[in-house]
Amino acid sequence: MSQPHTPIIERVIEAGLFACGALSVLTTAGILTVLATETAAFFAEVSLGAFLLDTQWTPLFAEKHFGIWPLVGGTALTSAIAIAVALPFGLLSAIYLAEFARPGARQALKPLLELLAGVPTVVYGYFALVVLTPLLQRAVPGLAGFNALSAGVVMGMMITPMVSSLSEDALSAVPRGLREASLALGASPVRTVLSVVLPAARSGILAALTLAISRAVGETMIVAIAAGQQPRLTADPRVPIETMTAYIVKVSMGDIPAGTLEFRTLFAVATALFLLTFAMNALGQRLAARARRVGQ
Amino acid sequence: MSALHPRHNRAARRWEALFRGVCLGAVALPLIVLLGLVGDTVLRGLPKLDLDFLTGFPSRKWERAGLLPGLVGSVQLIVLTAALALPVGVGAAVYLEEYGSRTSRIARVIEVNIANLAGVPSILYGLLGLELFVRALGLGRSLLAGAATLALLVLPVVILTTREALRTVPDSLREAAAALGATRWQITRQVVLPMALPGILTGAILAVSRAMGETAPLVVIGALTFMTYVPDGVDSYFTALPILIFNWTSRPDPGFATTAAAGITVLLVTLLALNLGAIVLRGRLMARRQGSP
Repeated sequence: MSQPHTPIIERVIEAGLFACGALSVLTTAGILTVLATETAAFFAEVSLGAFLLDTQWTPLFAEKHFGIWPLVGGTALTSAIAIAVALPFGLLSAIYLAEFARPGARQALKPLLELLAGVPTVVYGYFALVVLTPLLQRAVPGLAGFNALSAGVVMGMMITPMVSSLSEDALSAVPRGLREASLALGASPVRTVLSVVLPAARSGILAALTLAISRAVGETMIVAIAAGQQPRLTADPRVPIETMTAYIVKVSMGDIPAGTLEFRTLFAVATALFLLTFAMNALGQRLAARARRVGQ
Repeated sequence: MSALHPRHNRAARRWEALFRGVCLGAVALPLIVLLGLVGDTVLRGLPKLDLDFLTGFPSRKWERAGLLPGLVGSVQLIVLTAALALPVGVGAAVYLEEYGSRTSRIARVIEVNIANLAGVPSILYGLLGLELFVRALGLGRSLLAGAATLALLVLPVVILTTREALRTVPDSLREAAAALGATRWQITRQVVLPMALPGILTGAILAVSRAMGETAPLVVIGALTFMTYVPDGVDSYFTALPILIFNWTSRPDPGFATTAAAGITVLLVTLLALNLGAIVLRGRLMARRQGSP
């Protein structure tokens, strides 16, 4: 775009603006460098086998085990519960907003639903620990004070707007012609949604699901507050567990000096977390791109 | 609609209505639950919510615990974060929308990179901040280190919302300015940015709200949970409202649950005020924009 007589000030400004954009690339480079160097130092002391094949995670104890699976299992459990809540609520509310709601109602309800995503996660953590757990303890026998169930349910509430808004985009991208053809054949509006629109929007809905899982895996405060801090490999949602993110919080709060093996476990866990969420995001973005192509 | 389908029997129509009802319920139920949770929390926190609480300092006894350092710390944090993130974020968005031709490879790399950064869990930004700002740059566990970390965290939000705002400015205006001989920067500064201001402002508020509620990265950076003075400079130790709430929620003494509830009430009211202020300001700017042709 530079013309022959571009004043020098224009070039300086363009360079400055470019630097702003480049900073975001440097941020990524920074995250990767930090994770890679500290994780490399971790694996200089602990073998990859001990990390991936052991089933116990006790790096802060005298008898140390570095098996990541209990943390991955805790993350998977809370995320699965969150998705079990967010997927039906998010998808059904998306169907309501995209297919049934009048424009006025849609305009009013969308920002209200976004409120759910605007509440700070530390507040959701309080909801899970102080309000929901005592309530659920009356209904669920054997529910511990810290458990995956409450944390997962509350996290599901938090990510419902995300599932809803991404699914709504997917539903809205389905060409009108498909709906009209279905209605013309005599199918009812509900039948049209279920048999025509939903299947046509499936890439976009899968994208919503994938991105929501990534969000749940990376969510920190809710699980750090309400799910407990006991790494254990279990599918029982009633007992305390520990997620990858909650472990990072726990170790950060203790005064573990930098440069020790215990400190480096932070980065080993963080690298696993980064790879997991990055893979889910990449997959989600590809699915979303495919959904947009289908819509066109 | 049912008139269009005369052969539908009553059972089928009932199923139709039921399904619509379930869909509406899926919108309403989470909102009702949220309302209930917030209501319960505000009621629980109300007895603790007095002047002593707002002007007091953290204490080992919940009756005496106050949140002044958190409130002051949070305000300082978001002002600093905005000062760092807004110029850079708006600059990056202007580069991508107004300068970098959309086909250029470097612009494409930056674009994909921003999309990926937006999906990185916030706690990982905390680890970046710990290694980069606290340790490598020697800022220590300071207010500035916290704000710089939050600024990197909210940068994708600022960039994405600013780009959307810039896209709403019609190309005809850019072309008109260019026809009058304006340079690219003159077009950007005098035509595009003023038009996009309401949208940019909305993004700024979103970013600031996000920064205000973030807890995990500040825990990793090393925000204090117990602070008996108010942060007095960018190199000071600091705490923040969410950090105090986290600390109070984690204590077994039920009195601290009350304290946490009161803290949450203050945090939510602050966030609400911030967003309402933004809506009002945005409305005024929009009116001004429409008023001047």
